[in-house]
Amino acid sequence: MSATYAPLSPAPRPAVRRILSHGLYETRNVLRNGEQLLVSLILPLLVLFGAHRLELITSSATPSIDMVTPGVLALAVMASAFTGQGIATGFERQYGVLAYLATTPLGPTGLILGKAIAVLAVVAVQVLVIGSAGLALGWDPEPLGLVWLGGVVVLGATAFTALGLLLAGTVRAEATLALTNVIWVLLGAAGGSVFPLNHDDAGALLLLLPSAALGEGLRTASLQGTFPVLEALILAGWAAVAMLAARRWFNWR
Amino acid sequence: MPQSSPCLTLRHVRYAVGSARSAQGLREILSGVDLTARAGEVTVLLGPNGAGKTTTLSCAQGLLHPTQGTVQLLGQDPFRAGADLRARVGVMLQDGGLPQSVQPRALLRHVASLHQNPWPLEDLAQRLDMESFLSTSIRRLSGGQKQRVALAASLLGRPEVVFLDEPTAGLDPQSRQTVFALIGELREMGMGIILTTHLLEEAQRLADSVFILKDGAVVRHGTVAELTSTAAQGPDAAADPTRRMVFTASRTLTRAEIASSPLAIELDGGVSNGPGAAWMTPGLSGPEQLRALATWWEQIDMMPVEVRMEARTLEDVFWEVSVS
Repeated sequence: MSATYAPLSPAPRPAVRRILSHGLYETRNVLRNGEQLLVSLILPLLVLFGAHRLELITSSATPSIDMVTPGVLALAVMASAFTGQGIATGFERQYGVLAYLATTPLGPTGLILGKAIAVLAVVAVQVLVIGSAGLALGWDPEPLGLVWLGGVVVLGATAFTALGLLLAGTVRAEATLALTNVIWVLLGAAGGSVFPLNHDDAGALLLLLPSAALGEGLRTASLQGTFPVLEALILAGWAAVAMLAARRWFNWR
Repeated sequence: MPQSSPCLTLRHVRYAVGSARSAQGLREILSGVDLTARAGEVTVLLGPNGAGKTTTLSCAQGLLHPTQGTVQLLGQDPFRAGADLRARVGVMLQDGGLPQSVQPRALLRHVASLHQNPWPLEDLAQRLDMESFLSTSIRRLSGGQKQRVALAASLLGRPEVVFLDEPTAGLDPQSRQTVFALIGELREMGMGIILTTHLLEEAQRLADSVFILKDGAVVRHGTVAELTSTAAQGPDAAADPTRRMVFTASRTLTRAEIASSPLAIELDGGVSNGPGAAWMTPGLSGPEQLRALATWWEQIDMMPVEVRMEARTLEDVFWEVSVS
């Protein structure tokens, strides 16, 4: 051992390398996890095919697939950013992984930035796979709208990751597991993400939900080719509130 | 021999949880811990469960911010320090801190990637006899195997200081020896090692310095020699507490016989009075006391089955502190 161990002056890798390394490590873990893949990709794909074939969303002016695809993208983003990260982080907290990594050169900030990279990488895979499936089924988004769609996806991922981490850092891992799954199903079914909102009367208030803001924002971007300002502001608000709350109440252990 | 420089100092560290306004109120976990650990030494924290060992380590590692007092780890405040300090410090948490669904190889490679000049993984794995399970999911490992992975993770950055919270918990005797041999070698190479353990024999063998905590404060500290030679709180103050005698009785002793003993005797280790019971003197002042005991055995017509002299151990000190 003495040939290889030497108490040299230990030093950290540069910050960018550490954060990228953690992002890659987390991305690999997510993509290798069968349960996470089921929730993040397989279930949204099933919803995409099912809602399209059964014509669950009908509109006289718009083909069904043009409404379904952005809604399913919203569902998928919620799955990876909120449910996936929430559950993973909740169990990492329970097993002391967060505390351990906070003592390494990565530190708490690097840990969170690395997780953000992992979420964005997984969301990119989701957009690619679900977007390709939608295009194969006849999705015809506005070309310029795809740029805005990317922006809304990033905002939505940020807001839902912050909400997932807030839950993971404040309640037990088992409770996080149950809550994130139930909330995901509720928001997916009735939260304005997959199914468009009724914009009359009380229905309009639902737009304040992050799921509705994400779903409506993606639909506006892809159908009209414009940037959904109101929805983006709502998502940014949720992200800011969740981050501030997490900063105040998040427990590392 | 001159003392090496301190790598860790805690001064009057207090740590409390809760709030004075809440129903449970403010609960103090540490009530003023003073502790110094030095480079090239093994510093052992002992204490009964709930004494505050892990909280002390968490404050020292920068995971918790003390309510009062100061912590200096390699000359810096660990709670505010950045990656440069964290690269110089290795941490093994009591609960391991290991992700369950990952293989040890992937985790350790990742941890190594955070350091500029890590310990080669293959070499460390061989040293800790981990090669056979590097590619098994951590969830499927035994408790002892997980301990070795956590230990390896703490050493990968080749730190100057390492915190080991119960490093040998769950290890079989052979693995325990491997880990303690490694700790001994790391000390020789100048690493400052701060550890907690419940294995008092190993602590006695390894420790350069011992801190015994109780109810959130250090109640005794010093080298093993200093602690074991400190006057015991026993009934015979004149006796040398570093030496005691244990004899195994061949029969039950009556109350009158016990009362007639020239030295105070007590049952050793909670056994009950009867044939084969071990009786102990808290301390001996000289050979004349042995002669007096032999005379007493003759008077009560009892030939002990076994008689042995014992040096006072860290375990004795630990028990004194625990029950006081």
